[in-house]
Amino acid sequence: MHELSLAENIRDLIVERAATEGFRKVEAVWLEVGALSCVEPDAMTFSFAAVMADTPAQDARLEIISVPGEGQCRQCRHRWQVRELYDCCPECGNFGMDVVQGKDVRVKSLAVI
Amino acid sequence: MCTTCGCNGAVSHQHGHHPHASHDHEDQARILQVEQNILSKNDQYAATNRQMLSDHKVAAFNLVSSPGSGKTTLLVKTIQRLKDAARIAVIEGDQQTELDAQRIRETGVSAQQINTGKGCHLDAHQVGHALEHWSLDELDIIYIENVGNLVCPAAFDLGEAARVVVLSVTEGEDKPLKYPDMFYASDLMLINKIDLLPYLDFDVEKSIEYARRINPDIQVLQVSAKTGQGMDAWIQWCRQTKVSPARATVIPGEFVCNTAS
Repeated sequence: MHELSLAENIRDLIVERAATEGFRKVEAVWLEVGALSCVEPDAMTFSFAAVMADTPAQDARLEIISVPGEGQCRQCRHRWQVRELYDCCPECGNFGMDVVQGKDVRVKSLAVI
Repeated sequence: MCTTCGCNGAVSHQHGHHPHASHDHEDQARILQVEQNILSKNDQYAATNRQMLSDHKVAAFNLVSSPGSGKTTLLVKTIQRLKDAARIAVIEGDQQTELDAQRIRETGVSAQQINTGKGCHLDAHQVGHALEHWSLDELDIIYIENVGNLVCPAAFDLGEAARVVVLSVTEGEDKPLKYPDMFYASDLMLINKIDLLPYLDFDVEKSIEYARRINPDIQVLQVSAKTGQGMDAWIQWCRQTKVSPARATVIPGEFVCNTAS
């Protein structure tokens, strides 16, 4: 359940921004979750609600934006939408690719008052 | 931007399709672009740890595995073989107890126990504080035994020179496919408890093939911490790892896919 500590990171980020940007309430948080990021959206939604008590983001809405995984084959350099880290290249059939996109979890934006 | 109607929030503007009467733009939300990776703080701590370790020429290894793979026994045996040739310290991560740190201290090396409480992994901030307990100039190698868990520790860089995933043969050769993130993020797969192979159906070649599907660069060594089989190659691997401020500069050499016999 590392989503809990990731949610705590989001909370810390929001508390810091509240001080520097001068807002008192967060209405919504847009979170980009990569398909290969080892974050389960349901677990994140649950953890998010649990850790935001007594912060500006208490009762904030969490909007999860799914970012598809993208990999590049090491053999033939073909790029494709990867679902699992052990997918083989649909072009040449080889295993072994570099993840180009989809490993990250990013706070994209906040709706603040 | 008004989050209720999506307009830019200017009180004066008009739009016929959507009356603003139902909400007040004086107290409307604005959108703050953040664009920040939520692990960026951990990654900053990790970079600081890595720089500090590199400055003092200390090689740190992050050992990850499921519970019961034999990490602590492996470390005890490693220390016994290596402590005359290298100055070693250990960071032990567990949810509770000092038991593992005590086992390490019995070998005569210093160990710091981090109890993560409800946490399921070590993070770079905790490791940074553990490093404060030592004068790094007096060390060559730090082993970090992560919390036994093949999921969560994968996401947290600690500032190590290399990550070592320990897979014991009692677990089944399909572990790399079941927990791909951990094998993707590791530099070396250490197959442990190979003395038990005659009694099990574990397929060593298949486990290596599965791991390389996910991570073609992963190096593999086979050991039995209990009997000592393969331990010389593992010790040599630890000693040849170069430390640098950039991650993972393990030299892939003759030990790639070593089949200990």
